[in-house]
Amino acid sequence: MNLKTLIKFAAVTAAVATMAVAPGAVQAKKLKVGFVYVGPVGDHGWTYQHHQGLLAVKKAFGDKVETTHVENVQEGPDSERVIQQLAQQGHDVIFTTSFGFMNPTLKVASRFPKVKFEHSTGYKRSKNVSTYNIRFYEGRYVAGVVAGKMTKSNTIGYIASFPIPEVIMGINAAYLGAKSVNPNVKFKIVWVSTWFDPGKESDAAKALVDQGADVLFQHTDSPAAMKLAEQRNISAIGQASDMKAFGRKAQLTALVNNWGPYYIARVKAVMDGSWKAQDTWGGLKSGMLTIAGLNDRVPADVKALAAKVQADIASGKLHPFTGPLEKQDGSMFLKSGEKISDKALSGMKFYVKGIEGSLPK
Amino acid sequence: MLRIVPRREPSRTMQILTPILAVVLTILAGLVLFALLGKDPFRAIYIIFFQPLTSTYALAELTVKATPLVLIGIGLAMGFRAGVWNIGGEGQFVMGALAGGSVALALHGSDGFWILPMMCVAGALGGMVWAAIPAFLRTRFNANEILTSLMLVYVAILLLSVLVHGPLRDPEGQNFPESRLFGDMMTLPVLIESTRAHVGFVVALIAIVVAWLFLQRHILGFQIKVQGQASQAARFAGYSEKRIIWLCLLTSGGLAGLAGTFEAAGPVGQLVPGLPVGYGFTAIIVAFLGRLHPFGVLLGGLVMALTYIGGEAAQIAMSLPSATTRVFQGMLLFFLLAMDLLVNERIRWVPRPKSERAMG
Amino acid sequence: MDLVVNILLGIIVAATPLVFAAIGELVVEKSGVLNLGVEGMMIVGAIAGFSVTLESGNYLIGIVSAILAGALMALLFGFLTQTLLANQVATGLALTMFGLGLAALWGQSYSGKTADKFPKLDIPLLSDLPVVGKLVFGQDYLVYLSVALVLAVSWFFRKTRGGLIIRAIGENHEAAHAIGYPVVFYRYLALLFGGGCAGLGGAYLSVVQTPFWAEDMTAGRGWIALALVVFAAWRPGRALLGAYLFGGITILQLHSQGFGVKIEAQYLSMLPYLATIMVLVMISSDRMKVKLNAPACLAQSFRAAT
Repeated sequence: MNLKTLIKFAAVTAAVATMAVAPGAVQAKKLKVGFVYVGPVGDHGWTYQHHQGLLAVKKAFGDKVETTHVENVQEGPDSERVIQQLAQQGHDVIFTTSFGFMNPTLKVASRFPKVKFEHSTGYKRSKNVSTYNIRFYEGRYVAGVVAGKMTKSNTIGYIASFPIPEVIMGINAAYLGAKSVNPNVKFKIVWVSTWFDPGKESDAAKALVDQGADVLFQHTDSPAAMKLAEQRNISAIGQASDMKAFGRKAQLTALVNNWGPYYIARVKAVMDGSWKAQDTWGGLKSGMLTIAGLNDRVPADVKALAAKVQADIASGKLHPFTGPLEKQDGSMFLKSGEKISDKALSGMKFYVKGIEGSLPK
Repeated sequence: MLRIVPRREPSRTMQILTPILAVVLTILAGLVLFALLGKDPFRAIYIIFFQPLTSTYALAELTVKATPLVLIGIGLAMGFRAGVWNIGGEGQFVMGALAGGSVALALHGSDGFWILPMMCVAGALGGMVWAAIPAFLRTRFNANEILTSLMLVYVAILLLSVLVHGPLRDPEGQNFPESRLFGDMMTLPVLIESTRAHVGFVVALIAIVVAWLFLQRHILGFQIKVQGQASQAARFAGYSEKRIIWLCLLTSGGLAGLAGTFEAAGPVGQLVPGLPVGYGFTAIIVAFLGRLHPFGVLLGGLVMALTYIGGEAAQIAMSLPSATTRVFQGMLLFFLLAMDLLVNERIRWVPRPKSERAMG
Repeated sequence: MDLVVNILLGIIVAATPLVFAAIGELVVEKSGVLNLGVEGMMIVGAIAGFSVTLESGNYLIGIVSAILAGALMALLFGFLTQTLLANQVATGLALTMFGLGLAALWGQSYSGKTADKFPKLDIPLLSDLPVVGKLVFGQDYLVYLSVALVLAVSWFFRKTRGGLIIRAIGENHEAAHAIGYPVVFYRYLALLFGGGCAGLGGAYLSVVQTPFWAEDMTAGRGWIALALVVFAAWRPGRALLGAYLFGGITILQLHSQGFGVKIEAQYLSMLPYLATIMVLVMISSDRMKVKLNAPACLAQSFRAAT
């Protein structure tokens, strides 16, 4: 018995064993859809929103699909095993929803050419690996406009996690949005070096408020900053999900990740055989990013302005990164009227002019 | 009344019987837990405990998961025997991965059979350097190694983060925080084709035998045991406490560093911020599960690895929340640890002494 | 000036959960038991405190539940290590795993909910004084409790018979047993106290500081508390100092970023850990003093000789 037959034999035994335990699980020919989450479903942020997408798939296809999700999968060595197991157990399409799953997804995909893979926020693709992401920066620009209008101290606080392009372009977009309506606005940025530590996020929010910020942005996962804004009677922008429960007064608006429509479209594509590996970077236009209702205390003219900016971005009339734009050090990177390319945007590693502080080289 | 009476020496039969008994008790408790959660209890137990043993891939994964636990566990166990409390294995693991990984990245594009051994040496050195800090602070300034080694864990993780966000990140990686993928000559040879089982597991097995021989045969191994059991006696015998501290910390640091390099050069194949997943802490449990004995550490490591892999499988197959795995692991450990009682003591029915009865 | 006061207020909030957990563990270790399960007891306290506060609408009941939940976890630890003589280090770590899982299961239906602002002390006139008003008379009640606990524990060890017995047991349980002290009983008491404190520390995070529930929200604070006991060389006052030092540097590094300090954030985040090591090195060189306070029987199982 050579190695391959041995493995096949083992796989068959495993399959038989599973069938013995779960009769009927294989009978109906459902499409099996797998999701790999980096956090717990109950994080009320990043993973929670992906799970809402899963639920949307379930709702849309009913008993034509069978969904599986694995939560709290760490980005180190464990993710490859989880993805492999999902593929091995006959999942037809697998969504891996964190950047750190990129190389593991590709590795597994090369071993399972018939299984479709979808990796969120990455940039490497192959024949059976698609990538998809949301243009979060579009929403941050709109929120920046609102924040720029609403700030009285002209100081906006920003709680950031790690200096990756995603976070940096978010800071830049929010700043440009705020600056476009308020030339005196200043950004204070605090990096907490974690995606999730409610205590520390709350401490950081406190530090920013104490230094005069009266609107808070965050690019971390817990609602701690929103809650602190509520307690301190200032404003904040909700991140990933609608955080109204944590900041009834404080939340000016929230940027909500809406993965459902994308997941439904892709599952459908697998069903009717039209699935192809592709890159999707959807924003306000596609509805993958939505802006949750503006707070009632936002004045009507600001609301109207925000709606217009949102519509302009959605229609393509306005791109948040349009020249003339200079980098922090004063060097020109976009000539007048020039729009940034998606490639330059997705690898952004510098602050635009006017933002203080430094980034790791 | 029931009395606990210490045995003269640990019971051999019980040493073999108790882990089995503990597993049986855990299964019973697990059945209750899963039934309470509304899941099919028998299927859950099957998936967690037995399914991972039924396929080559899962068995290979078992060794992948157990390798770092065992490697770190051996070193820690040695230290714990001597009363040296290195609880910073996680930090030494990270520094090892960083050192070994940096060699691979510096030599990017070059080929040669010598690269991998060099990475391993660098990794072990990286872990040793990180462990040398608590050793130095303890022997020179009397600073407790529990605190220093633990604090250095967080420093190491942040250092890894800053380096992969900065100087070590992949120049073609669109500024994402990951290093390049290591080349073929920089990744560990795989033992079984189309699995991730790598030679690191073989190294771990060798390390176990070496550690056992060392503790059994070498004079320093003897000194370690004496140091832990009777530090006074050790001092009278003229054993240098400092020497033991250095020895234990450097050994455990080196092994943890090696484990870090294996992890980076094996299943991961690059440096990523998410490399540390808590092996350094879990290895402390592994060391004690193995009763600080090298062979025990191997078993302990395999058992812990099994519950992790089984837990994942149960999530996939039955959508058990991942929290259940942790509760279940906790229970298994409780039973295993509680069973030590039967190994080291006898439980006897002792009639109450008359005087006591009169008083009561 | 306002900024300084605000920074100090921030430090107090960041340090208080550490103070609770550390002072509890200090008593446990003084009795000769090493419970590495602080993180697990804290997180269970956090969910117990939050869920009960939310259901009952009463902070007092919530806080008391957190204390009880932490103590129950400690009881489990006590049963395993004191009655069944299981290894303390490993049992403590297992307790952390168990606690994190249990809390996550318990908290499944509580994510996305939030509590109101925890009541603060507010004495007319006094609380309005400049500088000292907010700092001394304007904290939430638990902050006062944390400081009172440290003072009480310090007094307990120095002035009371119970404190003396616990110290004796931690120092030499054989001798203490020979004199007739019920070693295991006192260790159970110390453990229950430690568990209650850890639960309280967790509840401070979920009920006062944030206030909401999220999985794994203790984010390693239990480990820091453990380190602080070592840092304190088992002296209560110093544990308080250590917690404020650690919390203080955490807050200061966040503030320094707001002011635009040009150092990479990860390096700044290392500062609390490095500073703790450095201060420990400075205060540890007096060998005898450290030895005097360290409980000699730490982590050793006790079985009564028959």
